[in-house]
Amino acid sequence: MKVSELIEKAGFAAVTLPDAGREIKGAYAGDLLSWVMGRAKADDAWITIMSNINVVAVASLADVACVVLAEDVELDEEIKQTALAKEINIISSGMPMYETALEIGKFI
Amino acid sequence: MSDELTFHFDVDGENFTSAGHASVKVKKILRELGLDPETIRKVSIAMYEGEINMVIHAGGGEADVSVDDKGVTIVLKDSGPGIEDIDKAMEEGFSTAHDNIRSLGFGAGMGLPNMKRYSDEMNIESTVGEGTTITMKVYY
Repeated sequence: MKVSELIEKAGFAAVTLPDAGREIKGAYAGDLLSWVMGRAKADDAWITIMSNINVVAVASLADVACVVLAEDVELDEEIKQTALAKEINIISSGMPMYETALEIGKFI
Repeated sequence: MSDELTFHFDVDGENFTSAGHASVKVKKILRELGLDPETIRKVSIAMYEGEINMVIHAGGGEADVSVDDKGVTIVLKDSGPGIEDIDKAMEEGFSTAHDNIRSLGFGAGMGLPNMKRYSDEMNIESTVGEGTTITMKVYY
């Protein structure tokens, strides 16, 4: 399903959405960045509570469909601008990672 | 692509937030060259892990990337402390990174294993006290 559809169906919020039509094909949850790069697949929704600038680089290089920030984690404005420049979709969930993953699991 | 294209980058060892700059640039170049997404993904991740390692452990270094008709070659060279035990460093979960690095989400001991996972060939030359040169090849 598309990132924009996930936001609507799961009640998530858009943080940056430069590529709303990007297709999500799976999901991965994790905060250790190398672990994510080793295990997440292209087109996954990546669920994390990490909020530093490296998240944008990892999302770009691992080619995930979107980053899902759990627990209403917030990003600095500068990070949002970088994400927009690199065309990285970032969405936000008020739920913890486990519940966020369950919610995403209903739709993919 | 009969001719070889080469790109050179200096990796800044001081600035952790800009780490990955060279990898992101390489990703963009490879996309413009029209390489397939999986090759781009492998090259990008392998190079990013190497770049992060140079920032964490070696105070920066140099990256050279070449693209020819067979694949992409990445050479990462630093003048850092060198790797004492390469076999140990290749084990998943082994890390000598400090806690401040871990709080950024790195230092999981997955850097070198990921570089090996995503490259088709990898060679490490390292001398303690002198530095490390890592060559990775990703074939189409």
